[in-house]
Amino acid sequence: MKSNKMKILTNGILKENPVLVLVLGTCPTLAVTTGIVSAISMGLATLAVLVCSNMAIAALRNIISDKIRIPAYIVLIAGFVTAVQMLLQAYLPDIYDMLGVYLALIVVNCIILGRAEMFANKNSVTDSALDGIGMGIGFTLTLFVMAFIREVFGNASFAGIAIPFLEPFKLPILTSAPGGFFVFGILIALVGIITNGEYPKKKSFGCEGCPSAASCSKAKSGIPCDGAKTEESEVEAV
Amino acid sequence: MKTLIIILMSSILVNNYTLSKFLGICPFLGVSKKTDQATGMGIAVTAVMVVATAVTWPIQTYVLDTLGIGFLQTIVFILVIATLVQFVEIVLKKYIPTLHKSLGVYLPLITTNCAVLGVTINNISDGYNFIESIFSALGCGLGFLLAMVLFAGVRSVLEGNNKIPKRLQGLPITLIAASIVSLSFMGFGGIIENLFG
Repeated sequence: MKSNKMKILTNGILKENPVLVLVLGTCPTLAVTTGIVSAISMGLATLAVLVCSNMAIAALRNIISDKIRIPAYIVLIAGFVTAVQMLLQAYLPDIYDMLGVYLALIVVNCIILGRAEMFANKNSVTDSALDGIGMGIGFTLTLFVMAFIREVFGNASFAGIAIPFLEPFKLPILTSAPGGFFVFGILIALVGIITNGEYPKKKSFGCEGCPSAASCSKAKSGIPCDGAKTEESEVEAV
Repeated sequence: MKTLIIILMSSILVNNYTLSKFLGICPFLGVSKKTDQATGMGIAVTAVMVVATAVTWPIQTYVLDTLGIGFLQTIVFILVIATLVQFVEIVLKKYIPTLHKSLGVYLPLITTNCAVLGVTINNISDGYNFIESIFSALGCGLGFLLAMVLFAGVRSVLEGNNKIPKRLQGLPITLIAASIVSLSFMGFGGIIENLFG
């Protein structure tokens, strides 16, 4: 039993890493990883929202009717995001300004709605909290690794502190948009090499893992998603 | 007039939401396998962005700010967008079934598109007036459409190409291709200042 709880917690860190394996929440991953400080703040803010929303959704899973669950989840998540926004604005205004619009965009972060759908609405409050912590740590670590690569090699600094001996070798392109896509692509390929391609493919874990599953009419019927084919059949379903 | 053109052009080319602000990456990677799908998604997003801005701007200015409850912005905006998407879908289904058939599948996916929420919030925080907000939303939508269609073209070459190393196939090579497309958009930096400055 205890090892089971441990497994839920550690799942999110590598095996089901939300960003590199499930490929959820790509927008903040690319946007805030230009600096280590903003990446860690974003990771922790998402972790807080994820744990709270997972617990709330797990606690309410028998009360919320299946038909209106998505709007209900969105309202719950938006409420927690607003709370985090207000706390940061009051106590850490610098970080609030640094994250800007991306803080509000935690609402539409696929990880949170994805975990609500995939995990929290079928598991107990404790398990959902552990899942939230694991996924949140996995997300924060991934953001840190991305930001580390982009800031140290792109800007020759670590969390804002300059590293003089790297100065002549820095590649400013890494901190700009193309560098973000590039580093992300290479990281996903690396995880593929480490796990020897045994990580779950999108198809094998079905529609639930799809970023758009929450609003996709096909997802609810449990038919696996594969691009064009689903979209055609979806026309009939709508 | 000049301001409006600057807003429009800069949000299409220079501050392209997808390629330089990283908003709307999920549909950008998910629905860009075929050019016609990419076009459909792009048009649907543009329409929703403009309508959402036309609704959220007055709500923020005349309701939230007047009552001093600006902190509810995130909750109100996401609900408005979700409702709006549903509403647009119902209206299209009832009155223009042919358009619904071609665009309808993309509509439910738009609710969780962060570019739509992003553009409505940015319009408020940038202090644009109503007309400027509409133009900014239109520009962002067209920028998204442009990025989607260009990228779908790039992807059609990548799909099923056997020369790509095994571990880079699929998502990694797609992201590296996105990086190169994004690099080309960096070339537009400074164009607005030089044309209109």
